Amino acid sequence: MSATSITLHEQSWTLPSRGSVGILCLIAAESAVFIIFVVAYLFYLGKSVSGPTPREVLEIPIAGTVCLLSSSLTVYLAVAALRRNQVRVCSWWLASTVLLGGMFLAGTAREWHQLIYRDGLTIRTNLFGTTFYSLVGLHATHVVAGLVMLSLTLVFALCGRVSQTHSERLDILSIYWHFVDGVWVVVFTVVYVLGR
Amino acid sequence: MTAKVFSPGHSTDYWALGILLSGIGTIGTALNIVTTTICMRCRGMTLNRMPLLVWLYFVTCCMVFLAIGPLTAAQIMLLIDRYLGAHFFDTQAGGSAVLWMHFFWIFGHPEVYILVLPAFGFANEIIPVFSRKAIFGYPAMVAATVAIGFISLSVWAHHMFTVGLGAGANAFFTLATMIIAVPTGIKIFNWIATLWGGKIRFTVAMMFCAAFLFQFLVAGLTGIMLSSSPFDWQLSGSYFVVAHFHYVLVGAILFTIFAAFYYWFPKMSGRMLNERLGKWHFWLFLIGFHLTFDFMHIPGVLGMPRRIYTYQFDRGWAIWNLIVSSGVVFQVLAIACFVFNLVQSYFRGTIAGPDPWDAWTLEWSTASPPPSYNFAAIPEVKSRRPLWDAKHPDDPDSNYEP
Repeated sequence: MSATSITLHEQSWTLPSRGSVGILCLIAAESAVFIIFVVAYLFYLGKSVSGPTPREVLEIPIAGTVCLLSSSLTVYLAVAALRRNQVRVCSWWLASTVLLGGMFLAGTAREWHQLIYRDGLTIRTNLFGTTFYSLVGLHATHVVAGLVMLSLTLVFALCGRVSQTHSERLDILSIYWHFVDGVWVVVFTVVYVLGR
Repeated sequence: MTAKVFSPGHSTDYWALGILLSGIGTIGTALNIVTTTICMRCRGMTLNRMPLLVWLYFVTCCMVFLAIGPLTAAQIMLLIDRYLGAHFFDTQAGGSAVLWMHFFWIFGHPEVYILVLPAFGFANEIIPVFSRKAIFGYPAMVAATVAIGFISLSVWAHHMFTVGLGAGANAFFTLATMIIAVPTGIKIFNWIATLWGGKIRFTVAMMFCAAFLFQFLVAGLTGIMLSSSPFDWQLSGSYFVVAHFHYVLVGAILFTIFAAFYYWFPKMSGRMLNERLGKWHFWLFLIGFHLTFDFMHIPGVLGMPRRIYTYQFDRGWAIWNLIVSSGVVFQVLAIACFVFNLVQSYFRGTIAGPDPWDAWTLEWSTASPPPSYNFAAIPEVKSRRPLWDAKHPDDPDSNYEP
């Protein structure tokens, strides 16, 4: 009896990291927001009383999608490099993540510019415009937020303020970035595949 | 109706922004509580040994993530509609007001359980201490709480039976709403089983909990009546519904909040609340509550709609409304007793000491009020009632728990 209680006492008492649990909670709440916007998009699909329709104006943004999805890989490599205390390698991967994210945003900007000035589709035009700009815009807002945080980390890394001790924090940021990418998979499927 | 044309001015915008902002705050709080619960338990505090209050807060906060998100999304859509001229809820452009109702109630019904689960948590702590018994069926209580959390996410459209959802949706939401009575019933039976054979001490906190048990049962029963969609078609938007949800809000939630005040005030302030004044508070409030909300069911059944400011005299509702209003006098007197008690006891109450109720959870093992560091040495937990173990080292709970 006493032997078991001693072993119990000596058992290590480790709990999950606060940062990753916290970011998962945030992701749960954000997912609920995105689900509602996706539901609104699907519910209003084909219910616009006037044109243009998605089939007429939307083009599949393959280049942007490739950029964004591969940025998930680069941010993963950045975290892995920092865990091995290779700060210089980490900054390289961070820089490429920021670049790839920026290219995705540039693609979205070009797409919106075309939609507005070539096709005359704004958020006021019809239900498609309303739901399209708000869903894609909500996602783009999250990309911008992620890019701001990643760029800050990159600046800190270049100033030599990032070390191996920060790898858990960068890991938490990378979880958020993976989430943003995952949401894009859903948005892409709903808007450009199913909705067209 | 929320379009600029129908709701000019900024009041709607302030409302939407307010809801949006408080939603973000709520999510932040929930994130804090969930993370604390998962990551900062003391040594030995396994999930199977956590106080039920913490379990209920944990489930509540998990529900907050899934319930507040839709409300936030709907407020964003509303603001986009009003400021950028979008058409989410604009029926002239093909938008749908019913979609707004769905989004609102996807938040709105889980929210009711978000309100009531902490109340259950208070009862879970107070009833065992004043029955001098460990809570009956701890695993069943946790399971029932988690079940309520899940089922409550799929009952929202019972607020919308009168919209005309179609037979399939009506049947689904009727069934889902009725099924939620099962875990809720498990809780009530467990509380009764905790009382059963206990040495009950009728302190004011316990009296409020006893009243809560009966009143919550009645509130649940009228809830099951309303969950049946044909019955709801008859009474939706009537005073019967108002009486039902006030039975939950006041009879269950407010009563347990009062109980929690009498139970934890000594811990918060270091001084006891006056029990004698507390009994006045309890009895006056009980009489006032029942005068108001028992009799409110009747004009509802007689067809009185909610949200009216006057009606024709010959409707036969006057006498019932007179009784309903007369309950207010008792409630005001009761609240006056309570507020006076709070203020007086805060300055002149008898000193409580660390553990005035001979309770079993860890907060009673530190001084009242607790120092800012809570515990000088972080305790180690070996059972669900760590303070019982400390008081009875010859017969600790850990001998009987898995």
